[in-house]
Amino acid sequence: MFGNLSDRLVETFKNLRSKGKLSPADIDATLREIRRALLEADVALEVVKDFITAVRDRALGDEVSKALNPAQQVVQIVNEELVKILGGEQRKLSFSKNPPTVIMLAGLQGSGKTTLAGKLSKWLKDQGQTPLLVAADLQRPNAVNQLQVVGERVGVDVFAPEPGNGKGNPVTVAKDSIKHATKKQYSVVIVDTAGRLGIDEELMAEARDIRKAVNPDEVLFVIDSMIGQDAVNVAKAFEDGVGITGEAVLHCRFHRLPASRSYSHPQARAWMPSSRSTQTAWPAASSTWETCSL
Amino acid sequence: MGFLFWKKKPKDAAEAPQVSAPEVAEPLVERAAPPRIVEQAPAVETAPVVEPVAPAAPKAQKPKPAAKLQKPAKDEPEPEPEKAAEPEVVPELVAEEPEPVAQQLETVELPKRSFVKGIKSLFTRIKFDVENLDDLEDVLIQADFGLEASEKIVASVKERAKKTGASTEAQLKAILAEIITENLERDDKALNLDSGKLPYVILVVGVNGVGKTTTIGKLANWLSEINSSVIIAAADTFRAAAVEQIATWAQRAGAQLVRPSTEGQDPASVAFEATELAVRTQADVLIIDTAGRLQNKVDLMNELDKIRRVVEKQATIAEVLLVIDATTGQNGMTQAKAFAEVAGVTGVALTKLDGTAKGGIVYSIQTQLGIPVKLVGVGEGIKDFAFFDAAEFAKGLVD
Repeated sequence: MFGNLSDRLVETFKNLRSKGKLSPADIDATLREIRRALLEADVALEVVKDFITAVRDRALGDEVSKALNPAQQVVQIVNEELVKILGGEQRKLSFSKNPPTVIMLAGLQGSGKTTLAGKLSKWLKDQGQTPLLVAADLQRPNAVNQLQVVGERVGVDVFAPEPGNGKGNPVTVAKDSIKHATKKQYSVVIVDTAGRLGIDEELMAEARDIRKAVNPDEVLFVIDSMIGQDAVNVAKAFEDGVGITGEAVLHCRFHRLPASRSYSHPQARAWMPSSRSTQTAWPAASSTWETCSL
Repeated sequence: MGFLFWKKKPKDAAEAPQVSAPEVAEPLVERAAPPRIVEQAPAVETAPVVEPVAPAAPKAQKPKPAAKLQKPAKDEPEPEPEKAAEPEVVPELVAEEPEPVAQQLETVELPKRSFVKGIKSLFTRIKFDVENLDDLEDVLIQADFGLEASEKIVASVKERAKKTGASTEAQLKAILAEIITENLERDDKALNLDSGKLPYVILVVGVNGVGKTTTIGKLANWLSEINSSVIIAAADTFRAAAVEQIATWAQRAGAQLVRPSTEGQDPASVAFEATELAVRTQADVLIIDTAGRLQNKVDLMNELDKIRRVVEKQATIAEVLLVIDATTGQNGMTQAKAFAEVAGVTGVALTKLDGTAKGGIVYSIQTQLGIPVKLVGVGEGIKDFAFFDAAEFAKGLVD
C-alpha cells in the first residue's frame, strides 16, 4: 500500500528532476502519477481534474519552456496549485461578545462528534472557560450516557434533561440548554447532536430547528478523514441543510488530505484539531491526533 | 429497490414445528451437509439438506448460498427441530423436505423511509452512452471504486459493448451491472453458521464509528427471530458508555449480555468469560463486540490479536466480521488489509449504505483481497440490514 501523499509526490518530483528538458509526454506522465496519488488519497475527483488542467496549462507554456530549470519550475507550479486546492485555512474558534458562546456539532453517524465535544470542552476548560456539554442526541442508543461519561472524565458539566434512546425532543433540549447556560453563567455551550444523513429531509429539518433554537456562533461539521469521494456530497448537504461555519476533520491518518478539504466554501474553513498546532492545542485524552497536512 | 432479507412468516398455529416444511428459494445450492453426528447426541441426525429447486419464478437467479444456522440436535428428552434459515425465498416455491425443519420464509423489501432510499444510482447526473464510456471511469471513481478497479471495469465494459454491439444506454447499463455482478458474486458470502460446531462465535471488528454495535444488534435480533440463543460479549471496555449501548441492543434483540465486571476490564477477559458461558450453556451464537480502533495503532491491533487467541482457547471463531462504513474511501483497503492480517477477517459488513455513498471500496476489497461482503446495513433500525447480493448491489448502482 502506498505511503502518504507527500511521500509519493516527492518520489514523482525526483523522477521529474532527473530529466533535463521536458517534453509534453514527460509532463503528461508526471501529471498521471500525481492524479493517481491524489485520487488514492481521496481528493475529490472534480478538484483533481481542475488541478491537472491548471498545471498542464501552466507547464506547457512559457513559464516552463523558458525556465532555466524546467523540472524545478514544474515542481513549483505543482506545489502552488496544490496549495490552492488543498491548502485550507486553519483558524481559531469564534467566541461571542455576549456569552455564552454556542458551538453546535453536526455530522454523519459515527463521525466522532461526542468524543470531539469532550475534547473541545476540556480544552476550553483549560483555557479558563466554563463549558457546558449538551446532550441533544436523543436518538442513538445511550448517546446521552456516552456524553455524561465523557463529561465526567474531563470534569465538565453535562446538560441532559432527557434520557434519550428515542425519548425527548432534541430541539427543546437545545433551547433549554441556552436558558440554563445563561442562568448559570456558563461561558461556552457545546451542543452534541445525533448523527444524520445529509439526504434525510426530516433529520436535516430537525438540525435546522436545533440551529434556530440555539443561534450558534459556530456550527462545526464533523467528519472522519477516512471518507472517500462522498465527502463532497455530504459536506454540501450539510452546508445546504444546516449551514456550516467550520469543519473538524478527525482521525487524520497517513497525512491524508480528505476530500472534504477540497470542498471549498467561502465560510467553511477547515478547523482542525491538531496536537501540534498552536491555535488549537488538543490534549491527547484518548487518542492522539495527527495533523492533516501535505 | 431494496435488498431482500429473510423474515419469518407468521406461523400457522396448528402446525407442529417438527413437521413443518421449509419453503426454499429457487436455485439455492446448499452445501449438501452430510449428517453431522455430535458428541452430545450421537443418535440424532442433524443438518437439514435442502435440495436445489428449479425456479418457478419468472426471474432466473443465480444460486444464492443461504445464511443458515446449522445446529446439531441437542440431546434432550424431546428432540428439537432443526432450523435452517434462507435469506431469499420466493413464496410460490415449495420444496418438501422429509426432515423436520425450518421456518416459513418470505422475501421482504426494506422498510421505506422518508427519503429516496437504497443505493443511489451512479447515473443521476450523467448520460451513459457509447460516447461517454470514459466518463464511466469518473463515475466509478466517485463511487469509491478506486482508480485501478474503475479503469479495469471500464475496459471490460468497452470490450463487451464492442463484442455485443451494445449501443443504447439500457444495454450499456446492463453490461456494467453484469460485469460488477460477475466480479462480486462469490459462493462464500453466507455467514459461516453451518459447521455444526456450537457455539458459533462471531468476532466483530473495525475502526471507530463504523457501526459495529448497531450491526451486532441487527444480527442478534435476526438470529433470535430464527430461535437461536444468542450471547453478546460487551468487550468494548474503553469507549464511554459502549457497554450500555450494546446492552440496549441486546435487550432489543432478546440476547443475553456478558458485561465487564469492572470498569476498563481487559477486553480479552470479557471475551473469555463470554466464550466460557457460551460453551457451558451450549448457546447457539456468541457475538463479540470490540472497541473501534485505527488500523495503524499497533497496541490496539495487538489487543485484538489477544482477544482472538483467548477465545480460540475454548471455541472456534466461525466468523470475523470487519465492519466498513460505506462512505469510506481508499483507506478502506488499508483497513481491510490490516485487520485481515491481525484478526483473520472472513467477511465484511458494509454499513450506512442508505446514504449517498456507494460503498465501491468493497469491490476492491473483494476482488483484490478475496474477502467477501456478507452483510449490508441500511439504517439505524434493528431490521435495517440484508444479506449481500451482488446482483442487487450492481442493479442498485446502475438503476
